Amino acid sequence: MAIDYTKKVMRVFRNPKHFGEIKNADGVGVVGNPACGDIMKVFIKVGKNKKGEEIIKDIKIKTFGCVAAIATSDTMADMIKGKTLKEAMKLTNKDVAKKLGGLPPIKMHCSNLSEEGFRAAIKDYEKKKK
Amino acid sequence: MKVYLDNGATTKVSDEVVRAILPYYKKHYGNASSLHDFGAKAKEALEKSRKIIAQEINADPEEIVFTSGGSESDNLAIKGIAYGNKKKGNHIITTKIEHPAILGPCKELFLEGFKVTYLDVDKNGFIKLNQLKKEISDKTILVSVIHGNNEIGTVQDIEKIAKICKKKGVYFHTDAVQSFTKEKIDVKKMNIDLLSASSHKIHGPKGIGFLYIRKGVNIKKMLYGGRHENDKRAGTENIPGIVGFAKAVQLDKKLKQIKKLRDYLIKRIEKEISDVKLNGDRNKRLVNNVNISFKYVEGEALLMHLNDRGIAVSTGSACSSQSLEPSHVLVAIGLKHEDAHGSIRFTLSRYTTKQEIDYTVRELKKVVKLLRDMSPWKKGINYEAKEGDHHGY
Repeated sequence: MAIDYTKKVMRVFRNPKHFGEIKNADGVGVVGNPACGDIMKVFIKVGKNKKGEEIIKDIKIKTFGCVAAIATSDTMADMIKGKTLKEAMKLTNKDVAKKLGGLPPIKMHCSNLSEEGFRAAIKDYEKKKK
Repeated sequence: MKVYLDNGATTKVSDEVVRAILPYYKKHYGNASSLHDFGAKAKEALEKSRKIIAQEINADPEEIVFTSGGSESDNLAIKGIAYGNKKKGNHIITTKIEHPAILGPCKELFLEGFKVTYLDVDKNGFIKLNQLKKEISDKTILVSVIHGNNEIGTVQDIEKIAKICKKKGVYFHTDAVQSFTKEKIDVKKMNIDLLSASSHKIHGPKGIGFLYIRKGVNIKKMLYGGRHENDKRAGTENIPGIVGFAKAVQLDKKLKQIKKLRDYLIKRIEKEISDVKLNGDRNKRLVNNVNISFKYVEGEALLMHLNDRGIAVSTGSACSSQSLEPSHVLVAIGLKHEDAHGSIRFTLSRYTTKQEIDYTVRELKKVVKLLRDMSPWKKGINYEAKEGDHHGY
């Protein structure tokens, strides 16, 4: 097999920082399915910054998946924590992959999951707000 | 602690084998085809080794054709029989659980106009003899069935299969790369026409294997050059490799010890980790093979965490394959994609110890728990199983 992961991918995979759950989360997103081999669940807590803009105050994730799925979902969480919802929505899977020093081409699709995951959580929050 | 449990992939070359090989690199380096003493010494080693290997499967020495390994042996068997028997027919029967070295040439032959039938297997990985009987026609020239499966370890009843083939007048080939020296094989008693084996799976060197070709079998040469190997395969003989292979055949196999540890590993995993499933048949399986699906975890992640703890295993997870398809063998035995994802293969050897198995189980428990804690998918939670959600680029 020998899939070439960057050192950064392996580091995050070994020591992810954002795994867990948030009770009474403001938004929850679930994407993926077992047959594809990865599922991600994103919990967010929304707060406000000094300017009164909505920000991702806290984020926790749960991921079922391969090395790339775990590393990208944790990195995504790291990147959007503290960002305004508007900024967060601009983030794409490519940004996550770049942050990790790249992903093997065959594993690029794993990073889609993390993008879809946090978008689903933000959407869920906005839906609940209405 | 370093624990190597990937002996199905390859094995450590035993010290005895290394010692046996060295003189044939340093001193007796002659070409077995040469007429001088250097050549004679090489030729002597070649024929002595051939005899040792032939005896192991009750073949005659001239029926052993040395090759570069299992893949070449399989290719020679499939293509050589297909091209050599075109007058008789154009139909080949094999199974859905073969090694790629069988599936590959079969696919090529199909593209050239041959017909290929892939036999189904049941949930334990056994072919159905009735289906085989039904599929053999007067156009069938070859039946090829893997002996001990490399992924799930299931050992087919090749004696019964070969008997059917003999009755119908069809050549029978078996890929015995995993089973050679682990299962008793008597090519005469079992009516086997062709058999592939490889050295590096049994603590011999890489780059050497053989194809047993029963006397009288009509096979077309695939590699042209000199008239080596009974004029069936050209190329200067790899004497160090062949000597090492023969030495590996002579090693004490310690099959009972391996089997005991295999069953101990299975028993402990089944007892101490929840939601696991043994893949392949429980009894008729290779003495060194344990293949288990761990529900709610993905194989590649599990493999990497075990690797971090010094434990080497392999997985049938789609996420670790270049095609992103789960193992065709696991799919053939009816495993759902999600269960194939969490499959891990542990393959033991004569060097595996109980301490290593104890350490493996201890670390495995931790890693499975870690990944299950990280996973949103748990017992009782059903996710809609639809394919290709996010797989678009």
